[in-house]
Amino acid sequence: MKKIVSNMAGVVLECLVKPGDKVSVDQDVLMLESMKMQIPVQSTLAGVVRTIKVNEGDFVDEGDVLMEVE
Amino acid sequence: MPGNVEKLAAEIERIKKGGAEKYHARNREQKKLFARDRLKLLLDDGKIEFEDGMFAECQNPELPADGMISGVGRIDGRPVAFGASDSTVKAGSAGEKGSQKGLRGQEMAMQLHIPIFYLIDSAGARITDQARLFAGRSLGGRVFYNQVKLSGVVPQIAILFGPSPAGAAYVPAFADIAIMVEGNASAYLGSPRMAEMVTHEKVTLEEMGGARMHCTVSGLGDFLAESEEDAIRIAKDYFRYMPQNYLGKPADAEPVSPGSCRPLKDIVPEAQHKPFNMYDFINSLVDGGSFLEIKKLFAPELITGFARLGGRAVGIVANQPRVKGGVLFTDSSDKGTRFVNICNAFNIPLLFLADISGFMIGSAVERAGIIRHGAKFIAAVSQAVVPKICVVVRKCYGAGLYAMAGPAFGTDAVIALPTAQIAVMGPEAAINAVFANQIAELPEEQREPFRKMMEARYAEDIDIFRLASELIVDTITPFETLRDELIARYSIYQTKQARFSECRNPIYPV
Repeated sequence: MKKIVSNMAGVVLECLVKPGDKVSVDQDVLMLESMKMQIPVQSTLAGVVRTIKVNEGDFVDEGDVLMEVE
Repeated sequence: MPGNVEKLAAEIERIKKGGAEKYHARNREQKKLFARDRLKLLLDDGKIEFEDGMFAECQNPELPADGMISGVGRIDGRPVAFGASDSTVKAGSAGEKGSQKGLRGQEMAMQLHIPIFYLIDSAGARITDQARLFAGRSLGGRVFYNQVKLSGVVPQIAILFGPSPAGAAYVPAFADIAIMVEGNASAYLGSPRMAEMVTHEKVTLEEMGGARMHCTVSGLGDFLAESEEDAIRIAKDYFRYMPQNYLGKPADAEPVSPGSCRPLKDIVPEAQHKPFNMYDFINSLVDGGSFLEIKKLFAPELITGFARLGGRAVGIVANQPRVKGGVLFTDSSDKGTRFVNICNAFNIPLLFLADISGFMIGSAVERAGIIRHGAKFIAAVSQAVVPKICVVVRKCYGAGLYAMAGPAFGTDAVIALPTAQIAVMGPEAAINAVFANQIAELPEEQREPFRKMMEARYAEDIDIFRLASELIVDTITPFETLRDELIARYSIYQTKQARFSECRNPIYPV
């Protein structure tokens, strides 16, 4: 199982995918809010989403796991 | 001597073959070309104009040209010096004569004021020669001293086709750019075997010093090439944006309409917090097919690259709102610094496309030195004396305004688009900073209306028409005429003559 991690500190605004969805590299998978901006987080992997590890409103740090992809 | 005429012909043929066939076969297995074939692809008509030192170590049959091919060729008719390591000879290691040849090539580039290409595929210094090679005044480190002396005088382009380890790892570092072939190129100070012996770390070559790692993580690499042919094509594309030396300017090309006709105003949301793709903006602005991005895979929240506007070369520094909100971090600050320095060195006008809420904040970036890295970027922008235009695409807050060549930084024009917003910080953050206590003391139901009222007043204060009225920006330009305005301005700015300061060297933040 591989992981998509946050590339910066921020608050989870919205998860754009759900378990079972196929994702490709560079696809937006989650929206963060940070520095007063809405920031899309792109997938670094291609695969199928298995688990979402965060909820809307959660604070995440750079490197925190957002979701697991197979 | 009798027979020398025949001997000469035979020697030339022998030397040009390089090392033993088994080493050529090994290269072919790794999809690597012979060094002389790389030069054929790089140079016009596949031709070396002249080669120096071909007969180095000719009395040792195992060392044809001592594993280094050096001389001059032409690219698009322009003379360039080159030094190419030959990995079929002692794994491309640098011997005493080969190093001498490299140094003489650098001296020639300095005296003739011509660019120099380093084609690297080397095991590093030839350890059997190290006593004659490493430490003296006239070899070894002199290669790097010369690179620093050449830096900013003539373009120095490093192409890594294979290893560039240990001492040789500094060649791409001192060059202006490093193009690395994925899967074959590598650079590291100590090999994985040495790391295991000295620090007990177990790591693969690719993890420690592979091309992809250097192009995405360390920032040593500027371009990740899919193949040797791709690497050479990239080198030539980059070279077309370079003059021969710092006294010249890049040649113009035929003007071409932008590659995308999607209107700029459809690309940029008015809401400051919504992301958009700066690549779409660039594609609708610059000449079609002209954009050559540098360090694309490293710190992608800042986009740096060459492009053309009406055929004229410009260097673009642009925030990318889709990645980390376009906020500047330590790596993106370094990336911007390096690119601004290249453009300033070689007379390439700068175009800043700003949509930035500032530098990143927080303890992690403070501990990583965000202040001094950001200061380094701002220092580079300050001292750049080429024509500089800042287009405020959307927000440009705080020190982001400084890094993106705001009005106080010797900028020739600060052009606002109708969506521009310049302030020390955005309305929400500003009201929170000034009125937090006051808001907290209000009854709950009054807080939001008060906040909104104060944010609206602040927004009026930083309205772009007000700033233009105060001459903070030089003009507000409609989206539709931005390209024409930039073409007109750069055409007039080309005679700009400016110096920054007279001193031995500034004490730049690093």
